[in-house]
Amino acid sequence: MTNQVYTKRSRALVRRETTAAYLFLLPSLFFFVVFVIYPMIMCIYTSFFDSTMGREDIFIGFTNYVNLFQDEIFLGALKNTTIIVVVSVPAVCAFSLWVASVIYDMKGAACSAFRCIFYLPVVTGSVAVTVVWKWMYNNYYGILNYVGTKTGILDTNINWLGDSRFALWCIILILFTTSVGQPIVLYVSALGNVDNSLVEAAQVDGATRFQLFWKIKWPQIMPTTLYILVITTINSFQCFALIQLLTSGGPQHSTDTIMYYIYYMAFTLYKYGYANAMGVILAIIIAVLSAIQFKLAQSNT
Amino acid sequence: MKITRNKVYKFISVVIILIFAFLFTFPLYWIITGAFKPYEAINSLTPEWWPSEWVTTHFEKLMSNRKAPLWELHIPFGSFFSENGKPIVFWEGPEAPAAIRWLINTVFMAVTAMLLTCVTAAMAGYALAKKRFVGRTVLFTLIVCAMALPKQVILIPLVREMSDLNLYNTIWSVIFPAVGWPFGVFLIKQFSEGIPGEILESARIDGAGEIKTFINIVFPMIKPGVGALAIFTFINTWNDYFMQLIMLVNSEVWTISLGIAKLQGEYSTDYGLLMAGATMAAIPIITVFIIFQKYFTKGITMGAVKG
Repeated sequence: MTNQVYTKRSRALVRRETTAAYLFLLPSLFFFVVFVIYPMIMCIYTSFFDSTMGREDIFIGFTNYVNLFQDEIFLGALKNTTIIVVVSVPAVCAFSLWVASVIYDMKGAACSAFRCIFYLPVVTGSVAVTVVWKWMYNNYYGILNYVGTKTGILDTNINWLGDSRFALWCIILILFTTSVGQPIVLYVSALGNVDNSLVEAAQVDGATRFQLFWKIKWPQIMPTTLYILVITTINSFQCFALIQLLTSGGPQHSTDTIMYYIYYMAFTLYKYGYANAMGVILAIIIAVLSAIQFKLAQSNT
Repeated sequence: MKITRNKVYKFISVVIILIFAFLFTFPLYWIITGAFKPYEAINSLTPEWWPSEWVTTHFEKLMSNRKAPLWELHIPFGSFFSENGKPIVFWEGPEAPAAIRWLINTVFMAVTAMLLTCVTAAMAGYALAKKRFVGRTVLFTLIVCAMALPKQVILIPLVREMSDLNLYNTIWSVIFPAVGWPFGVFLIKQFSEGIPGEILESARIDGAGEIKTFINIVFPMIKPGVGALAIFTFINTWNDYFMQLIMLVNSEVWTISLGIAKLQGEYSTDYGLLMAGATMAAIPIITVFIIFQKYFTKGITMGAVKG
């Protein structure tokens, strides 16, 4: 009898709690479902259609996907995106870890000043950053060519963005400067949280600076490294503004990335279905890579 | 011997980092000084490291480039009733340089997105962390998965959706998806885990209702988290160029970043004008960042502490 009353009461409590929870969630869920989940589903759905402006969509099954892998520009874009990711992710991680390891035990003001400085290119915004880099890369008036030729590193002026040998590397350089800010902040805080008793014990045992880092600190900041790997990978895959504003994918498609090609397909050629299929592929690639990075990091610790 | 070697390593590292710090600030320096250099200095083959003469011609050109009403207030949902599906304007501001309007648009967009995100995420994050309800795990998994997916893949369906809702080419088409992005909920959820259950329990025993508990007890405790989220959302929305590019067509609704990007299309080699625009876009957001730097750093590091 008492038991029955109890379960009845607790069931009522659960119901009340659930109702209250959903009322709190409602405003946020509304925006989440309408402006994130619904478009995500539509993205997958439309990728099976021949979809463009001003007419009904035609169902074509996997044709978009099949065509994609015969599209040389797409494969080129995939290759360029891979180069960007493979070069920039390790570079960003290594550089930010190094900077963080030097600045994290500095006095508060110095440390936050450095953090601020390395974050500046992110805050400045991709458009402002791109505009000034375009000038610095300029063939005639650019400061890079001036410094290069004056110091004797370059023989003649180089048309940085107009030369398919250099254009992609120019993009990667800017991407690098706009990517290290967040990892540095994360590493500084992770290194600050490393268990000091372990470090001291190792020092007593006579560990070298090198050992101290790899044996004691590195395992402890592993979760941060994983997080940084994932966000940097996602960011590098999404590299768009730099390409659109600097090279528009040229010269000769040498700087096409998937993200830029999606934009080009959707908003210049209005091939929505095809562009969405690319979006799905991109999402799958990122999901698989994140999963792999996660597994790797887990097996290491 | 060992100590000195450590010191030498440290000294060399600091010197190298200082060089990098210089290189990282240089583009910003070049933007600001470039905005005030005369044409001859900008288009000279030998760059002027420090402007020999400060001029404001580029800003004047930027201001006279395009005109737009300083503000336009719409009747809410008016587009559903107007014949052409366009918003109905009931109050138009005086004519002003378009660049000023872009700045106003950007501030409005970032502030609105920030407020909406903070309110909705604070409520949802708290519920997700502290309430036991049916569907909690599923919802949380969905949020984490959505966060890992690239935002840009949803943009094409989003454009169609916005034009169906008559929101395409209005500032709301940029604000709403930013609010829907679940990062904020995730952040506040992580932060709310720290609220002790006993406090909530004793509030309930004292007879405080859900809303009262949230406003008087929960909110003061998650305030630092909300502060971090606010500054984070503000800066991210301000700089979300891709979204602005595909959603905003008419020059009256452009943001400052988008305006500068479009100017670059028209005057691709007028670097003075472009630097003046870039200065206008960058200075406000950098100021905000430096003032609230502490909260911002907190927001970044909190997001990384995964549950």
